Parts: sequence; structure tokens; C-alpha cells
Amino acid sequence: MTELLVGTKKGLFVLRGDAGAEKPFDVAARAFPGNVVEFAIRDPRSGRYFASVTSGHYGPRVMHTMDPTGEWEPTTGLGYPEGSDWSLERIWSIKPGEADDLIYAGVAPAGLFTSTDGGMTWELNRALYDQPSRSSWQPGAGGLCLHSIATWPGDPSRLAIGISAVGVWLSEDGGESWRHGNEGLVPRYIPEEARPKTLDLCVHNMHRAPLRPERLFMQFHGGVYRSDDVGESWISIAEGLPADFGFPMAIDPADPDSAFVIPMISDGDRVTVDGRARVYGTRDAGESWTSLSDGLPQEDAYLTILRQAFGVDGEGSGMGMYFGATSGDVFGSADAGASWFTVHERLAPVNSVRVASM
Amino acid sequence: MAIVKLRAPLKDLVGGNREVAIEGASVGEILRELERQHPKIEGWVLDEHGRVRRHVNVFVDGERVREDAAVASDATVHILPSISGGER
Repeated sequence: MTELLVGTKKGLFVLRGDAGAEKPFDVAARAFPGNVVEFAIRDPRSGRYFASVTSGHYGPRVMHTMDPTGEWEPTTGLGYPEGSDWSLERIWSIKPGEADDLIYAGVAPAGLFTSTDGGMTWELNRALYDQPSRSSWQPGAGGLCLHSIATWPGDPSRLAIGISAVGVWLSEDGGESWRHGNEGLVPRYIPEEARPKTLDLCVHNMHRAPLRPERLFMQFHGGVYRSDDVGESWISIAEGLPADFGFPMAIDPADPDSAFVIPMISDGDRVTVDGRARVYGTRDAGESWTSLSDGLPQEDAYLTILRQAFGVDGEGSGMGMYFGATSGDVFGSADAGASWFTVHERLAPVNSVRVASM
Repeated sequence: MAIVKLRAPLKDLVGGNREVAIEGASVGEILRELERQHPKIEGWVLDEHGRVRRHVNVFVDGERVREDAAVASDATVHILPSISGGER
């Protein structure tokens, strides 16, 4: 059985089904009704589930449980320090770290929080918060958000993070210090003469290839890139895609040459190109791209797939892939995108999709 | 002690009680004491800077107030979601 955690504008949907059966999954639970669920994940080390929940009244927080169909409890410590000019708005990402009980949370306004007790309590990463440039950081349309956290397998000291719209930041000391990793990124939305100095770099998504960890893939605000030097510099790999704008990205953890994106027309028209829902995948590090659309709607399907709404399960040719759209539709594949089926229709607008491997 | 009246989901964070007796001379003091006695409610009514959240209303004896308002020892304090904060 496959369990999906689908964060939506109207709560968390826990979907369960058999990916091989290619029929809709059951709704095992709907948690946090009336609240926005930005992101949800199961930490495979502990089996504990985490959900980033934003209440229109009571603010944002991370909730946790061992049973997503049961009661959830709040975690503590997520918030900017008293006297800060920032207040916590949203929690975009939760990422298990590379040491026992180490977990990260990326938030808006752009900050990194760390938990060393398995996600029960959180502490602000001061080195990033204290960056002198922070007062000039600019938000993207979704806010000033830290959404991508790329850990290095087996080494908690090495991190890469992506911020919209403040580019890539790299650390080799577990987040004690940070430096930029933006060489080669081309922000077309900035006048050419201003690009060399700008920090207004709108990273949309970033993933590390775990079997070749010096390699990262990025979906940018107009552009798809690869880095082979730990994120220091980036080269465009967008040729062959129908559009280079998009938000979600995934990789096959067993294939360091793999990346998957869902192109949308442009920043002015954030829907799937030509009204066709298509995932594009590369297995040669971006030299070529293949449309993966068998079973996806190919007529008048103007879907918007948000940043965290694309998750994978397993690896290789049997990898599960799942994505959800703001239309409330969720699609899945049990064969790494070769064929697709409808997981569920007409949920609330989907913010995130992750597989809770069981 | 003031009587603090709560609805879901806040009552679920204080052991399922619809009302709790809390000591304090101001709304801020009462809410901080509420957090001390019931840590699960920390951050729900007061934000990280100690201010009542924008879309939460606090009424003391029928008057809508903010965190610096005085509270009599026999006051009734209602904590309610504002109509402005719901998710569309």
C-alpha cells in the first residue's frame, strides 16, 4: 500500500491505495480542516509524521503525530526572536537531516530552523538570520521563503539551501556560516546591467543527487540548471523543454543523471503548456528531456502545480511519482513516469505531495 | 482570578476545558500565564513578539481589547477568532 500526504488549502488529506492497481486512492483521513497545510512529511527514521499548518487565525506551526489518522500535537520553538522585525508567516519545508534526530524547517520570511530532538523543538539558525544583506532580501510572488534544503548524505556539515528570491546558500560547517552559490544563474527579470551584483535570485526548487552529492538540479524562475561543483556554479539544461518556467522538481535518488520537472508557460501564465499535463524527465543530466504524459490529461488541462506538490517513492524504473494541482487533482505513476493514473480528483487546491513510505 | 473562555481549537490545547481560571492584571499577563500553565497553546494567541495575533479577538467583560488592557480579578475574558482571519 502507498500512503500519500497531500497538503491543501483546506487541510491535509491522507490518501491510501495500491499504486499498481491504477485506481483512485481512498481518503484515509482529512486533518486540520479549515487550515492551510503547506507541507507534510513522514520522517522514515522515526516513523513520525510532521505537518506544516497555517491557521488564518492562530498562525503557523509544525504539528506531529505517529498516526496521521489520529490526533496531532504542536511542536514548539518556531518563531523569530522577540524584538525581531520579522514574524513567522509560513513553514515551507521540513527535511530530515544527516544525524540522529536532526531535522530542518525552511520558513517564510526566509529562515532556517533546526531541531536536534527529532522535531519536537526548533531553534533559529542565527548565522543565516544575521546575514548583513537580510534587510535587502526581496520576496517572490509566494513570499520570501526558504523552501529547498539539500543535505549531503552522511555528512551533516554540508548543506545547500534555496531561497525565493535570495538564491543559493552553501555551508560546510553545519550552518555556522553561509556563502552564496549563484554563479551562472541568469535572472531574466532583472536588467542585464544589474545582474552581476543582484541577490534577487528566485530559486523555485533545488535537489541534490544523493549518489553524486556534488551535483544539484534547480528549477529557477525561468531556467532549469545543473551544478556539478556543490552549487558553486550552474549551467543551463533547459534546452529541449517546452518552457523553462515551473515550480516542482524531483529526482530519482538512484540515478544521479535524473531530474523531473513540470513545465508551465511562463511567470505571466503559470499553467501547463498547451493545456497538456506533462512531466519532463532527463536521464542524462539534462542533455535531453523526454515527455512523460501517458495517462495524464492532454486536452484543455491548464493545471498549476505548486513548488512542493511533486513527490517520489523509491527509485529506478519502479519509482512512484505523484503530483497534485491547484485544481485539486492528484496524479500518480508506479513506473517512474512511463504511465500515469488519477490518484484522486476534486480535492482542495494542492500545496504539497509527499509519499509516506511504509 | 479572571475566567478565560475558549473555543475549539484553543480549548483542545488546555485539556479540553471551555474555561480556565487564570491570574493576571492585564490581558498580556493572563495570556502568558495561560501559556505557562498550558504550554501547548504557546504561539496560538500571542505571536512570537508577545502581541495578540492580528486575526484573534480578545474581549474583557464585553470590550474588545489588546494585550495591554487591564483585567479585573473577577473579569470574564473571551478569546475568539476574528471574522477577518478565515481561509478563503
